[in-house]
Amino acid sequence: MAAVTPDQLHDHHHGPTGLMRWITTTNHKDIGTMYLIFSFIMFLAGGVMALTIRAELFSPGLQVVEPELFNQLTTLHGLVMVFGAIMPAFVGFANWMIPLMIGASDMAFARMNNWSFWLLPPAAILLIGSFFVPGGATAAGWTLYPPLSIQMGMGMDMAIFAVHIMGISSIMGAINIVVTILNMRAPGMTMMKMPLFCWTWLITAYLLIAVMPVLAGAVTMLLTDRHFGTSFFNAAGGGDPVLYQHIFWFFGHPEVYIMILPAFGIVSQIIPTFARKPLFGYASMVYATSSIAILSFVVWAHHMFTTGMPTAGQLFFMYATLLIAVPTGVKVFNWIATMWRGSMTFETPMLWATGFIFVFTMGGFTGLICAIAPIDIQIHDTYYVVAHFHYVLVAGSLFALFAGAYYWLPKWTGRMPDEKIGKLHFWCSLIFFNITFFPMHFLGLAGMPRRVPDYALQFADFNMLASIGAFGFGLSQLIFLWVVIKAARGQGEKATARSWEAAEGLEWTVPSPAPHHTFEEVPVVK
Amino acid sequence: MSLSGRLAASAVLLTASQGVFAQSRYNFQPPVTTVAEQIYDLHTLMLIICLVIFIVVFGVMFWSVFKHRKSRGAVAANFHENTTVEIVWTVIPVFILLGMAWPATKTILDMRDTTDPDITIKATGYQWKWGYDYLQGEGEGIRFVSNLSTPLAQIQGREDKGENYLLEVDNPMVVPVGAKVRMLITANDVIHSWWVPAFGVKQDAIPGFIRDTWFRADKEGVFRGVCAELCGKDHAFMPIEVHVVSTTQYADWVNGLKVASIAQVAADDRDWTRDDLIARGGEVYAAHCVACHQASGAGIPPAFPALDGSELVKGEHAGLLDIVLNGKQGTAMAAFGGQLSDVEVAAVTTYLRNSWGNSVGDEIAPDEVAGVRTR
Repeated sequence: MAAVTPDQLHDHHHGPTGLMRWITTTNHKDIGTMYLIFSFIMFLAGGVMALTIRAELFSPGLQVVEPELFNQLTTLHGLVMVFGAIMPAFVGFANWMIPLMIGASDMAFARMNNWSFWLLPPAAILLIGSFFVPGGATAAGWTLYPPLSIQMGMGMDMAIFAVHIMGISSIMGAINIVVTILNMRAPGMTMMKMPLFCWTWLITAYLLIAVMPVLAGAVTMLLTDRHFGTSFFNAAGGGDPVLYQHIFWFFGHPEVYIMILPAFGIVSQIIPTFARKPLFGYASMVYATSSIAILSFVVWAHHMFTTGMPTAGQLFFMYATLLIAVPTGVKVFNWIATMWRGSMTFETPMLWATGFIFVFTMGGFTGLICAIAPIDIQIHDTYYVVAHFHYVLVAGSLFALFAGAYYWLPKWTGRMPDEKIGKLHFWCSLIFFNITFFPMHFLGLAGMPRRVPDYALQFADFNMLASIGAFGFGLSQLIFLWVVIKAARGQGEKATARSWEAAEGLEWTVPSPAPHHTFEEVPVVK
Repeated sequence: MSLSGRLAASAVLLTASQGVFAQSRYNFQPPVTTVAEQIYDLHTLMLIICLVIFIVVFGVMFWSVFKHRKSRGAVAANFHENTTVEIVWTVIPVFILLGMAWPATKTILDMRDTTDPDITIKATGYQWKWGYDYLQGEGEGIRFVSNLSTPLAQIQGREDKGENYLLEVDNPMVVPVGAKVRMLITANDVIHSWWVPAFGVKQDAIPGFIRDTWFRADKEGVFRGVCAELCGKDHAFMPIEVHVVSTTQYADWVNGLKVASIAQVAADDRDWTRDDLIARGGEVYAAHCVACHQASGAGIPPAFPALDGSELVKGEHAGLLDIVLNGKQGTAMAAFGGQLSDVEVAAVTTYLRNSWGNSVGDEIAPDEVAGVRTR
């Protein structure tokens, strides 16, 4: 089973040093680190855009940015956060942790791994750089709906190419993860003994392989509609603008689970550690994750209830969407059952994981409400939806990412995260997150549409509150930077191999920080 | 007084009640149709169900969080599965979901029933205004364009904002109370969405396709909505205002418009001097062109080209008329042929050729526009 990779043949002293080490590296830990740093930079970039948006929305009227730039900011905020921050962050975790968790020496395709990462910076440059070309960045919303996206300037073409490049990167990363998990597990590690993080990533990788080409197809059709006279989405030429929405959301809904399933995996690693009790319902967790993934392919049109679907279509997509609540509920119940009668301590990772369950589930409830088609028709394209998807993407994916970062930071840096600063980061984030996004439910219900730079006067109070919360939330994220820099510079308590008292799994059998090469001798799992 | 001026004046006279839009801050706006009422009740039901689940689930979690702590001497149990419990918490949610799906299904069937309308109105989304065509029923043949009436000075903070800031239009849509109104929704350029919250109606306006929805307002009053689908620069500035009036008031409104419209046609059928055309063209420009090309004619290049100094504007009549009548594919420049009369096209093109730095000094006559159209 022990595949000998070229990387193992020479030890790390002989590799290039300095910048070239990072450009040429095929080491999964180096690549994982680069993914994580890249995603954090993009997170800050997307955050600056979000804060500019919130500054404009602080009070009614146009003050900070013109509507054109405002629309560019909302669009790029979405694209940057989804494709630049959240997705690469999870791939970073996968790179670092999957080989360590399954006892493999590296990822299956080490050179392709390097290429998967190094595709991302050019894509980021295309996206961010599009602000500075004539006409500015695309302002069609991150969903890039035609015919509006057909009207855009060259910033739109840059976004299309960026999406192509990031799609290729994601597909290569996903293939790598699938092959690594299926072929490189240590002897004795059967599929049903695998840590849940690996399971959720395996399923996520299949989702990526299935839907990223669909997105690439959709944006390519936009490109040819824009420049080569095709009419895929133009009714005057026999096309249909709504066709784009079907294709986009056939990608877009699985994409939602691509961004949350690995988060479920991280939380499922952390809760048992700090409850000092095995994960409740391991098998049902695996089945629930698979069910969510399969269902995610048949619910896409719930993003399109207002396009005027046939009655049968509305009913089908409503029922299918409601069904997703069942496996998602199973997961939440399993986490709580894992906590039940445990012996819990609340170090920073556990705080984030518990916070995740609490706030993510609120996003789940609003998801249920959104699933009811007649209600959705009222709240579609309002701030209610903005609140809903930030509850699942920020309080869901992002909180889980932070939980994982604090959990594995000792393995990455060899130092325990500073508990005091980490806890400050958690409580500030949790409180400011809710100040920012909870009022948005009220705004949406009362009738404030999304993607507007200006609004009617009755929305003024809650918008001001949300803007204050947003600035608090944004600044709180610098606390995280402080924790990580401190640990990376070798300050703080030294971590042992098993950094947390009750941590289980192969990753805790190697020293902290994990040496450059691990599991050169294949471990055996009993 | 122009047609649009009469429209606005008559609508304002008809309605004394204040906007309902402003009343809601935490929840849906007070419903005025049976569909909106059903949606309101569905949402309340969902909130209650979610609240109960929330209390039960997080009651258990926080009990555990506080009781089962190592610091309180809790010793970890070692159970990790229980088939019975797992089946129970899979099956119970299914039944809860069925309870949610049943009333929702009834509401959907009701929302989709657009048969037997008393009045049919087509709403067309334009960048960035709404056009209304009364197609069937009392008022058949009425058509007008509805623009935001909030002054730019309020938006830019140079004046105090009015009570209905961004929710007011020059020509509101008027319907009689108690009549079943079928709305045909479409768009001319990009996707918009016609949304009046108090009616429980939101329907995307898709260029090249017509979708329908309906409402029957049970209460007189002014009801306000906004465009709900991102449609470009001025997406936030194309509201919807519907006045629901008594049947007699509605009949008066329809008659008043018919008289005004006949007068307008008669007034347009005359020889136009250049100065008359320029004056009328200024009004047309302010209603249809100014959002993109700006009052100064400087546009917002490269998306919205400058008209001041434009060779196309100052060149051959044919080129200018072609782009105004037929628009330009792949850009926000709409085809105004279907929206503007011959006089209006002649007026606005004459205005363009003789405004700002443009001083061609000629005029384009309505007959010339009619000639180009028939070609």
